[in-house]
Amino acid sequence: MSIDWQAFDWQAFRLTIELALVVSAMLFVIGLPLAYWIAFSRWRWKFLVEAMVALPVVLPPTVLGFYVLVALGSRSPLGRWWQSLTGHTLAFTFSGLVIGSILYSLPFAVQPFAASFSAVDLKLLAASATLGASPLRTFFRVVVPLSAHGLVTGVVLAFAHTMGEFGVVLMIGGNIPGVTRTVSIGIYDQVQASNYAAANAMAMLLLVSCFAVLTVVYGLNRRSNQRVWTMGPVK
Amino acid sequence: MPTPAEVKPANPTLTARIRKSFPTPEREFSLDVEFSATPGFTILFGASGSGKTTLLDCVAGLATPDAGRIAVGERVWFDEKTDAGAGTNILVSKRRVGYVLQDLALFPHLTVEQNTEYGLAHLPGSARRQRAAAMLQEFRIDHLRQQRPAKISGGERQRMALARALVTDPCVLLLDEPLAALDAATKSKILDDLRRWNQAHGIPILYVTHSREEVIALGERVLVMEQGRIIAQGTPHEVLRAPLQETVAQLAGFENIFDATVWLIHEDRGTITCRLPGPAGKFVLLETPLIRADLGSWLRVGIRAGDILLAIAKPVGLSARNVIAGQVLRLDRRDMMISARVDCGVEMEVYLTLAARDALELAEGREVWLVIKTHSCHLMQR
Repeated sequence: MSIDWQAFDWQAFRLTIELALVVSAMLFVIGLPLAYWIAFSRWRWKFLVEAMVALPVVLPPTVLGFYVLVALGSRSPLGRWWQSLTGHTLAFTFSGLVIGSILYSLPFAVQPFAASFSAVDLKLLAASATLGASPLRTFFRVVVPLSAHGLVTGVVLAFAHTMGEFGVVLMIGGNIPGVTRTVSIGIYDQVQASNYAAANAMAMLLLVSCFAVLTVVYGLNRRSNQRVWTMGPVK
Repeated sequence: MPTPAEVKPANPTLTARIRKSFPTPEREFSLDVEFSATPGFTILFGASGSGKTTLLDCVAGLATPDAGRIAVGERVWFDEKTDAGAGTNILVSKRRVGYVLQDLALFPHLTVEQNTEYGLAHLPGSARRQRAAAMLQEFRIDHLRQQRPAKISGGERQRMALARALVTDPCVLLLDEPLAALDAATKSKILDDLRRWNQAHGIPILYVTHSREEVIALGERVLVMEQGRIIAQGTPHEVLRAPLQETVAQLAGFENIFDATVWLIHEDRGTITCRLPGPAGKFVLLETPLIRADLGSWLRVGIRAGDILLAIAKPVGLSARNVIAGQVLRLDRRDMMISARVDCGVEMEVYLTLAARDALELAEGREVWLVIKTHSCHLMQR
């Protein structure tokens, strides 16, 4: 199969990277407290929240995208509020894409975060408290450093997952060059127009870059596993 | 950042009344204790599952009692909710309690120095470093400053855990079997350092252990716990030498415990003779210390396997009042020690060294004599 690098849509590529960066950064900020709550809360209905966070893993992206589109549209309270604030709706904008993508990639960040928080020995948290540390200080001095590779994994998975999304983007953003047209939409476009060589160029770059990102993460995780923070045998 | 109050209570006695119930996989466990701990060591002695760690957790604030009151001097850490008052429950981080948890809970990602400075966040950097350095020196691990916990020995980790807790200048120190994993020499060195530290600071130290040796080595005051209750308290001598209840006896390491009846009472000699019934109508008479008991009443006698002498000919001219003939049933090696089971009417376990076994040429079926001092027989209620 031939590759047509001339037809490569750099604009879509840049937009995709931008979207993935913004989404993974925001998921880091939103995901930390959410994952902390999931890991340590003893609320009896917690499983409901866990199920909701996990929903995007199994839900068809079009379903998620559809409801986000409705929620962002001018008929919903949220959409109207945004419109009164900015003069336009969130649908078919980059901001709208960001919101949809955050929901779509949420489990890919929160689940590794929560898993690595849960793996921290509760006795360390107890020791930290007896040493006068507030929960916040304990979180940043003990929980976060000991969960570092879960946090890296979560952010990278969220990044890679956002890079490749299609259904949600199409539903919320449509296909506006420079605003909402991501690489995967671009590929779909080219295939629709029977431009296989152009589609191949973009598909190839997405494949290679996703593979590269994941390779780096797994490589780093392997190295840090070798000096994983355990007590080891008594010497 | 909360800064722990810098004022130390003038009268640092810990008084606690704690009631707490919670389900365990086996049964509903309930802790119900009342005690006070003056400056110095108070030892919590009991089998695992007797509630010692839960008690420490309640004092530290890691667990919340259902009811009760915990105070250090004038400062109330916990007070139950009543109709009259809203109750008090000071946060763990504000209690100024030093707690060395059972598996130490050292921060694996921080160095020895960083671990030690952890509890000093309220101080400026230079004061923090100074105090941590002084404490590491006092516990003789300052050469390990830059090491992480995984890289140092068990004894060094224990010292590190103590240093980390003590550097915060706590009002109360809670130690949950802090030396359980150490050999005797390392243990006694660390205890010396701890004792020296507390001579200067004089705070109540609650020390959890199930080791008899540690109780005797530390022993100022012992609280014996069983199933969430304090069942005996006193000096180690009182608690371990004259046990009142059988659980204490088992904890205190009586390998031999027998039912017995009071056979004769010798008020004048300060002894009584007990009759220990054995299988097939056999029995043993033992002379034991005098206690207040009725003739013919049932008691229990505890004898440590290490307190019994074994001879291959009938010894004469001994002060020991009990010399009993028997026959070796079995010899088992336990580490560097031999456990001999001897049938002398009842079956007794006797400890001897490997060298003694060889010198006496002991073997199964061998006729022997057991020698037991009157005061090695400990009487308890049934």
